[in-house]
Amino acid sequence: MLRIVMLALLLVLAGCSTTGSDKDTDGAQVEGRTDGSSGQDAQSTGMKDAEGMDGGAMSDAQKYSREQLDNPNSPLSIRTVYFAFDSSEINAESQELLVEHARLLSYNPDIQVVLEGHADERGTRDYNLALGERRAKSVHEFLTAQGVNPTQLEVISYGEERPVALEHDESAWQLNRRVELIYP
Amino acid sequence: MRLNQLFFIFLFFLTSQTASSIEIVVNEGSEGALPIAIVPFAWKNNYQPGLTDVASVVRADLRRSGMFNPLAVNTLPGRPNLDTPINFERWRGTSAENLVIGDITATTGNRYEIRFKMFDIYTKQQILAYRFSVSKRNIRRVSHQISDMIFEKLIGVRGAFDTLIAYVIANNDLKRKKRTYTLAVAESDGFNEQIVLRSKEPIMSPAWSPSGKRLAYVSFEKKRSIIYIQELKTGKRKQVSAFKGINSAPRWSPDGKRLAIAISKDGNAEIYILYINSGVLQRITNHYGIDTEPGWAPDGKSLVFTSDRGGKPQLYQISVGPKGRAGNPQRLTFEGNYNSRGSFSPDGRHITYITRENGAFRVASMNLKNGAILVLTQSRLDESPSFSPNGKLIIYATELRGRGVLEVVSVDGAISPQRLRVSSGDVRDPAWSGFRAKK
Repeated sequence: MLRIVMLALLLVLAGCSTTGSDKDTDGAQVEGRTDGSSGQDAQSTGMKDAEGMDGGAMSDAQKYSREQLDNPNSPLSIRTVYFAFDSSEINAESQELLVEHARLLSYNPDIQVVLEGHADERGTRDYNLALGERRAKSVHEFLTAQGVNPTQLEVISYGEERPVALEHDESAWQLNRRVELIYP
Repeated sequence: MRLNQLFFIFLFFLTSQTASSIEIVVNEGSEGALPIAIVPFAWKNNYQPGLTDVASVVRADLRRSGMFNPLAVNTLPGRPNLDTPINFERWRGTSAENLVIGDITATTGNRYEIRFKMFDIYTKQQILAYRFSVSKRNIRRVSHQISDMIFEKLIGVRGAFDTLIAYVIANNDLKRKKRTYTLAVAESDGFNEQIVLRSKEPIMSPAWSPSGKRLAYVSFEKKRSIIYIQELKTGKRKQVSAFKGINSAPRWSPDGKRLAIAISKDGNAEIYILYINSGVLQRITNHYGIDTEPGWAPDGKSLVFTSDRGGKPQLYQISVGPKGRAGNPQRLTFEGNYNSRGSFSPDGRHITYITRENGAFRVASMNLKNGAILVLTQSRLDESPSFSPNGKLIIYATELRGRGVLEVVSVDGAISPQRLRVSSGDVRDPAWSGFRAKK
């Protein structure tokens, strides 16, 4: 909460200084965003937090409640993280997604999740089994760094044995290089 | 002349048998292959339909080795039999240098006597002569033994036709959203497929015990990778490695007492040696990179393995002493950014492995003495290469028009890949048995 208010303040300051010194389009964007939304967003979030419910918007406790796992509009409905060939690095987009899952798990210490690592069919099978495990462990490491209790997480690997796409081309391979978050 | 030598053959009794569903695809013949005439074996009593055609099994075996070019049956100038003299002049008109003839007699008790002889067409010398007494179900096996004898006599190397292959078939029923995985064993030409294990969960990495009596493999039937050992004759099996993390890549030591395995109980995949009877574990590798896919040198004193400790998967060799690790890993591969799953040749002089070349994953072999590398295939998704027990051929899995198939290629690359193929499903993870004991 406090962090969001401070962020809004920083944005206001940034907007002022930018508009003050330089009136190019970038500056205008920052200004517009600052004036129009960010500050008020932060404020309204604060109000909602303080008052609980407000006009259909949700509190964090609701946003990360167990029920949201069944909500197709929740970011938590996305449960797969994708990887580059022979890599276990988590890209920025996947990191955002995993932060959402980390918050769910932190709000609900009784929820368990299986991190199931997979690889595409290229290369050799036992190496891919180890690669799938390394991907799942990479997700494990990211989630625990976000404060998730490791006892909520289980890592398994299927290597290349369980593809979701059966074609033998890059479009299939990129779907198969993945870690699935499996909630019971 | 050992005309009276009898062979009593026993096949492994496996849990069940499927219909022969494998089709052999013979690709173009190879230059330098030895022309040979194999005459259809004559029936001494009433012809019995449905029995194995010995001569055609022998022809297919020899052709698949890439070292022979058996003449087409309809071009043979005659049908000589074992009891009358052969007119060799007629056979000199063909390209063949050797002539194989034989016959089959139904004897008592559902047994058959199979006789065959091989002649040198130019010297008119008889160079092989054998007689077998065999039960109906073992006629195919005896056919492979005949191929082995011909191969050894003319090539000077023990034949490897009377051997078995193990492999995994994945069937994907998209309509019913059902996958099944089958671990199967077949004769070296892919016939007489026998089911060893069937599961809804993946099965991978079958490995033969040196005696050929047991298979080690990885099964996910408990929703994670666990290594099992199964006796083929009885179907009896035991779980041998179910540590936390992955349990993978079992390979039998030459003495049959140990398994080299890759397990991640310490956090990431490491090579261990597992004593099968005692369960004692010896740690071989210790690195934060992936270490997996161990392969034993035939002397049992070192292992080749895959490691990405250098950033990309490459092959390394490490010596193994009585107490486990006995040296530091030496890197073997330096070309390309993906070299994995090494397997030693029976003489220990070569390794075969998968290499990435222009984005494709292909079978390669390396001469360990001078480092010379041969890429043996042109396909793009090869995996699991291993040597035949006589070191002449390499079997591997590849993808063909969307399906997993098995192929063999000669170690010198002189012979184009020959395909073994089941009629449905993805076939993968082949493992070639050692020589089978003749009883």
